[in-house]
Amino acid sequence: MGELDAESARDLLRTMWRIRLFEERVAQLKRTLQVHGLIHLSIGGEGVAAAVCGQLRDDDAVYSGHRAHGHAIAKGAPVDRVMAELMGRETGLCRGLGGSMHLVDAEHGFMGATGVVGGNLPLALGTALTNRLQGTDRVTVVFFGDGAVQAGHFSESINLAALWRLPVIFVCENNGFAEFTSRDEHSTIERVSDVVAPYGFERSTVEGSDPVAVWEAFGRMLESARGGAGPFLLECLTYRRRGHYEGDQQKYRDAAAEEEWLARDPIARFTKRLDDDIVAAEIEREAALEVDAAVAFARDSPFPDPSIASELVYAT
Amino acid sequence: MSDELTFVDAVNRTLAQAMREDARVIVLGEDVAEGGPYLVTVGLAEEFGRERVRNTPISEGAVCGVAVGAAQSGFKPVVEIMFIDFITLALDPLVNQAAKAHFMSGGQLSVPLVLRTQGGTGQRNGAQHSQSLEAWLTHVPGLKVVMPSGAADAAGLLRSAIDDPNPVVFVECKALYFRREPVSESPEPIPLGRACTVRPGRDVTIVALSRMVADALEAAERLAGEGVEAEVIDPRTLVPLDLDTLAQSLRRTGRAVIAHEAVAAGGFGAELAAQLQAAAFDYLEAPIQRVGAPFTPVPVSPGLEDAYRPGPEEIVRAARVALEWGQYDAEPWEKGALARP
Repeated sequence: MGELDAESARDLLRTMWRIRLFEERVAQLKRTLQVHGLIHLSIGGEGVAAAVCGQLRDDDAVYSGHRAHGHAIAKGAPVDRVMAELMGRETGLCRGLGGSMHLVDAEHGFMGATGVVGGNLPLALGTALTNRLQGTDRVTVVFFGDGAVQAGHFSESINLAALWRLPVIFVCENNGFAEFTSRDEHSTIERVSDVVAPYGFERSTVEGSDPVAVWEAFGRMLESARGGAGPFLLECLTYRRRGHYEGDQQKYRDAAAEEEWLARDPIARFTKRLDDDIVAAEIEREAALEVDAAVAFARDSPFPDPSIASELVYAT
Repeated sequence: MSDELTFVDAVNRTLAQAMREDARVIVLGEDVAEGGPYLVTVGLAEEFGRERVRNTPISEGAVCGVAVGAAQSGFKPVVEIMFIDFITLALDPLVNQAAKAHFMSGGQLSVPLVLRTQGGTGQRNGAQHSQSLEAWLTHVPGLKVVMPSGAADAAGLLRSAIDDPNPVVFVECKALYFRREPVSESPEPIPLGRACTVRPGRDVTIVALSRMVADALEAAERLAGEGVEAEVIDPRTLVPLDLDTLAQSLRRTGRAVIAHEAVAAGGFGAELAAQLQAAAFDYLEAPIQRVGAPFTPVPVSPGLEDAYRPGPEEIVRAARVALEWGQYDAEPWEKGALARP
């Protein structure tokens, strides 16, 4: 754990391309209203999703927030069923009842996205608690943005996780923006890892656009968490290439952002490091075909029968 | 075998039985390992250990969220919110997460969670420790809402709530906590969604919730002295609602009074009245009457709290309005039967 071997490196690049091309296509489909509802893209942050989820097992649970496509795909959710969900089809992960902000793929341990910023933080502790009580070595990961850190659930959850020493890893994707507003307008504490310092558990901040750095830092935490230790917090400094949501005018962002992007594209950075253009191109091409097939699959899928809505309010 | 038990003891014994039978049942909340202020969970930590009976910080939001996460990971948590007034702090995990998880996941997740809490007046606790907020919860698809009126029902309903694969809000009543009644040693689960006809009658139907069931029985007794036979029905669960039993009674009596301690305006009685009039419109001899608290926060001063909380007298008065409807030329409030609306 921690070292990135050749096969894992190819998988990591494959996952990043899958997310990138999936989301670029979603952005196009949103313009023609073929995907529905509020859409939050993670383009620029794929390295974190890929490097974290790439080291997890299906029986490790992952929770996420509203910017969740990448986390779901990286955790193993089939891209065609994610696409079908965004397009509101019966074959979608959640049969068209969840949508972009509420993806769940229980089979692959993706326990859910949420449209409420910070809302899933305490739920992740609940899953970690069951793992502890059952004596398993499963680890729970919860992704959230820097915007969630100022929410009450964050403070309550950090305190509780530390108090109960739960095997949970908090992964903060700090892209510097909470919706439209930069971090310095939301908090006097710049680094999220500093917010949790007094609790005394292991925390670190890494460059999120360097997937290798994320892989290594997360791998070390994961190994300890497997042994029952916890909690941990990994802050990944990322870049959000798109607006808060598709359609956001982004008047708050300056023109220098595009230059910053070129330096911080995790796929470009990792591809350079992989140093095998033929393999990299092949991986990109395969991912593109996969996304094409996903769109075709979703378009060919029926919309759900209206009766399923009333049938799924209560479990039986 | 049955013993005389208080409401508190009945809940305590049911929790212990459920925990003995199923290791996935855990209890968490503020002070639960110490028994809590009303001693509902007393002794559980000693029998099951402090891993399964977990004291928590005063973090209602996170604690309720932990219970939701544990429930959708296969456990059966029973989380306590000490006073229903504090449920405001736990509404995000309850309303946005627990209630919708099964639906939003297309049926992949389920949340077999019980949220126990208690409400109501009677201890001069004032506006932030005495409310009856159950109507808010009945407005959220995906939640079930249970309001037992006594110890035996509390035991049977809690058993069903713990076994239910959905999030159930179990609203206890502090004024009932130390009333005793016979409770079977191993109570049968009472299915959620089945009302109980507590007293049969043919002249007027009184639908009463929680503490008001006892008040309705007292009112029925007084009415009997006037030659009126009131039927008293306890719905026991607000969601799911046993509308059939209520509507059948109303079709027989033609008159109904709905009584709860919550503020009448926007209370669950409004929903009941709407559903009942639609189900029994052609049989109605009088408008459905509602008894509830006035539209003010709960006052502390003893005389004011007593005046605030509705009781048998208000139920009798409302029943008379229903019974005498149409007998006067004047509007009923002009005869002094009812406060002017």
